Formats: sequence, structure tokens, C-alpha cells
Amino acid sequence: MWQQIRANQWRSVVLTTGMAIILLLIGYLVGYYFFDNAIVGLIIALLVWGGLSLLAYFQGDSILLSLSRAKKITRDDNPRLYNVVEEMKIASGLEKMPDIYIIDDPALNAFATGRDPNKASVAVTSGLLAKLNRDELQGVIGHEMAHVKNRDVLLMAICAVMLGTIVILAWYTTRILFFSGAGSRRSSSSGGGGGAQAIILLVGIVLMILAPILAQIIYFTISRKREYLADASSALYTRYPEGLASALEKIAASPIQLKSANQATAPMYTINPLRQKGKAAANLTSTHPPIQERIRILRAMAGASFADYDKAYKGVRSSSGGVIRGAAGLVGKVELRAPSKETKTGEELSEKVERTRQTSDMMWRLSDYKTLDCPCGTRLRVSSQFKGVDVRCPHCGRILPV
Amino acid sequence: MLALWIILGIVVILLIFFIATYNGLVRLRNQMRNAWAQIDVQLKRRHDLIPNLVETVKGYKIHERETLEAVTKARNLAQSLSGGDVGARSKAEGELSNALSRLLAVVERYPDLKANQNFLALQEELTSTENKISFSRQYYNDSALNLNNKIQMFPSNVVASMTGFKPGEFFEVTAEAERAAPKVSFS
Repeated sequence: MWQQIRANQWRSVVLTTGMAIILLLIGYLVGYYFFDNAIVGLIIALLVWGGLSLLAYFQGDSILLSLSRAKKITRDDNPRLYNVVEEMKIASGLEKMPDIYIIDDPALNAFATGRDPNKASVAVTSGLLAKLNRDELQGVIGHEMAHVKNRDVLLMAICAVMLGTIVILAWYTTRILFFSGAGSRRSSSSGGGGGAQAIILLVGIVLMILAPILAQIIYFTISRKREYLADASSALYTRYPEGLASALEKIAASPIQLKSANQATAPMYTINPLRQKGKAAANLTSTHPPIQERIRILRAMAGASFADYDKAYKGVRSSSGGVIRGAAGLVGKVELRAPSKETKTGEELSEKVERTRQTSDMMWRLSDYKTLDCPCGTRLRVSSQFKGVDVRCPHCGRILPV
Repeated sequence: MLALWIILGIVVILLIFFIATYNGLVRLRNQMRNAWAQIDVQLKRRHDLIPNLVETVKGYKIHERETLEAVTKARNLAQSLSGGDVGARSKAEGELSNALSRLLAVVERYPDLKANQNFLALQEELTSTENKISFSRQYYNDSALNLNNKIQMFPSNVVASMTGFKPGEFFEVTAEAERAAPKVSFS
């Protein structure tokens, strides 16, 4: 069953190689125009790429987590989340428990990071924690675990850095070529044949403009493939695709956008954090497959195996090409499990209120606020900056010790 | 001379294949054993949680003596078998699962108990432990299936029989209630 992941990685490797070729081509052109020597350009391109890659490899996860202002939590902060993560860790066969982070944001989203499965972190927003029931949370965490287990985090980091390098090099080169006419130095030194030089220059500029776009398309293609695979893996881990489907539905219905996401970090999330309301994601320029399509595929699954996902994918997209290669040759049938009690009985209002309250209590605690319960039923939050010995309840006037 | 090189080449290729297959088998077997250890951890955790739960529930004077006693009995039986073979253990643990879910269903009728923070925390732990048991069992069975496929399929079966690999035993669900999982309809 797990060999399929390797089969799928092959396609990603081909696409990544394509991106590397574009990067080298850019380097070659840079060297050709500025240094009369293509090798120098290649070296520059590789140095920029190597430097950024090292940074991403060793610091990527901490940069990402601090950019999104995520706070690390322990088991006692939120036993439900911790348990769900541990359940998915067991189901995916991951060896080490990932670190868990909370982002204080009402938007519904989650992401996974970490360069290898033994040094992984998952982050979820407080909004997600408050809105999803146990089965749904399990589906989302399963999706994130799949990113960790399938090494998508590393793959996407490599690709993102490569894309970044291509964009930077192409941007500067076209600007310099346009405004300083660096190419003219070359044509004058070689005397005649200025017409041929001009053509080469033109072709170069066109390539410089096309390369970032092409690289971006490749990047999005890889990203979308990995999203489908993560959905399929989540269904396999939980044996309950409906959980993720219904979570995606809630996420799609929520109008709030994530505050701390940007173009570069978008592929890391469960759903695209930058989507615009009322605009269908264009197929080529989106890091994530359309959310409604993902829901339909998950709901069309007859079992929980990759083969079932592949079949559902073909059915929904009415295409003959599957998304998981070699899935049809799998041995054994993987049955779905029944929904948990929480889902079966339907959500009661009291459960929703309790979950929201727990989440907000945790967020106050994480921001170093003390909670005081007044006998009149009022709950007071006291900042750690507060120097006084006691506070007066604004409701009933009692004096409470801090 | 050429024939000799060809034979030598074939031998080397066979040797590499043998080593790779053998290592693959060992990896799968270790993965399976690891998964088994994981089930053990979770089963033990459940055995540890139950006395706590029984104490908490008893404090609320509920009228379900038999349900409580059934849980304690099933727990003690399962614990005494924890060194035993896979078949006997999965049966005992299945019965414990049944007894537990009956108790948790009964408890629904006692709103006082459901408001107790201590009990709620215990319930969360128990629910999660039940899930962890079934997830680790699921992973164990997948690993066993993987190993068994390798042991039975050509050409790895040749290496497996030469080095004496035994197929893994599945951790079956014997509890009737779990087996008769309701069909899920997606409409």
C-alpha cells in the first residue's frame, strides 16, 4: 500500500527536474549577456539557489511558523487536538510525534512543515479548532500528516525556492537589459552581425519573461498533485473520507481569510488561503484543486484505499487518467468505518459552544492572561502585565484576589 | 572468457537482488513488530484508565452495577492475557471494548456525571485511546498484509522461504458490535 507513494513521487521528480532545467537556462542566459561566459551565469544561478535552499532547509520551518505567528502547545493546553494528532501519527505509521502549533486566527486552515518526518510540525488556526468536530479535525490532521509522511513539505520547499530563484534572476535580468542596454557591449565587441545579436537578445528577453510563468505552472501542477495524494492518504488513514469532506465544506463556507498567508506559503495550507470569494480557481494558476471538486471526489469513494480514491477521481473529473499511479494493482479491500458518536448524533449547540469556549480559554492562556471566576458567574481575564493585588468585578462589585 | 564474464555478471545481479529483497523483508518485518508494540502501548493505557473511570462513575451512585462489574472483569481478563498469543488477546480486548461502550452509553443518562470535568477528561482519554487502538491495529494489519504479500509473491517468496520468514498474523476484530459496522451512506 505504501509503495504507491514512491510511485507517485516519480512524477514529481520529473516536474522538479523540468524546473531545474529552466533555472539552469536562466543562469546560462545571464552569463551570456553580462559576463560573456555562460558558465559564470550557471554558477551564479546555482549559488543563489543553493544559498536559498540551505536557508529553507535549516530555517524554513521556524521562519514559516514565526511568519504565521504560531504558538507551540502541549498536551494539557488542548487534549483533544493533541489526541487527534497522536491518533493520526499512529495511523500513518510516523515514528515521531510532530510538534503542534496554534495560530490565533478566526479563519479555518492548517498547515504542516518540517524538512523530514522526524522533525515535523503541524499548525492549526484557533478558528479551525473551534469549528470542526472530532471526525472533521481528524480528516484535516490526516491530510497534514500525509504531507509530512509523503515528504511533500521538503518537495514543495525545494520547488518554492527554485521558483523564487527563477523569478528573482529573470526579473533583474530583464530590468537591466531594458534600462542599461548591457547587451550592446557584446554586439559592439563582435563587430558585424549586429542583426543576429539583436535576435538573440530578443529571444533571450522573451525566454526571461516566459520562464517564471512556466516555472509557476510547473510549481502549481506539482502542488495540486500532492494535494490530491494527501486527500487520498487522509481517507486511507482515517478510513472515513466524509470527515475531511465535511471539514472542507465548512472551510469553503467560511468567509474569513487568513491574515498571515502570502503567495509563497500558500501551498503549505490545507486549502488555498488566498482564494477570493465568488471566483472559481483557474485551473493552471492555483496551488490547490477546486475545493468543491475535492469534496465530490471524497464523497464518491466506495472504500478507503488509494484505488477507491483514484476511481472516484476519474468518475468526478470524467477523465481516464487517474491521479495516483499504480493504484489499481493494489491487493486487498479497505473498508470505511462508521462515523463516531459525535457525528452520528448530530452536533448539539452546547457542544459547539463548549468547543468555542475551550478554544478561546486556551488562546487567553497562551497569551499569558490569568482567568478569574467571580462567584456571580462573570469570568475575568487579567493580563500578566497587571501589577495590582486584586481586581473588582465590574458586574457585581466583589473584590477578587489575583 | 566472455562466457565467464556473463556468468559472473549474472551471479552479481542475483546477489544484489537477494540482498535487496532480504533487506526489504527485514524492513517490513520490523515495521510490523513496531506496529505491534504500538498496539501494546495503547492496550496497556486502556487497562490503566479503566480503574480510574470505574472509581469516578461509582462516586455518582449509578444503578448499573452489572455494567460496571462487566467492565472490571473484562479488563482483568484482558490484562491477564497480555502476554498471550494474538488470537486470545484480540478476543479478550474485543470484549473489553464492548463492555466499555455499553458503560459509556449508560452514562449518557446521568447529566450530573456528564458535567463532571474529571469525567469529561477521562472520557476524552478513553475515546482517544479506543481510536488509537483501532488505528494502531489498522497500521499493524496493513504492515502484516505487506509482509505476507512479499512472502507469498514471486520472486521475493524464494528469498523468504530460503531465509525462513513467517507470515504475520492479523489482529482480527472479534467483537460482534464492531464487526457489524453500519453502512455509511453519502448522499
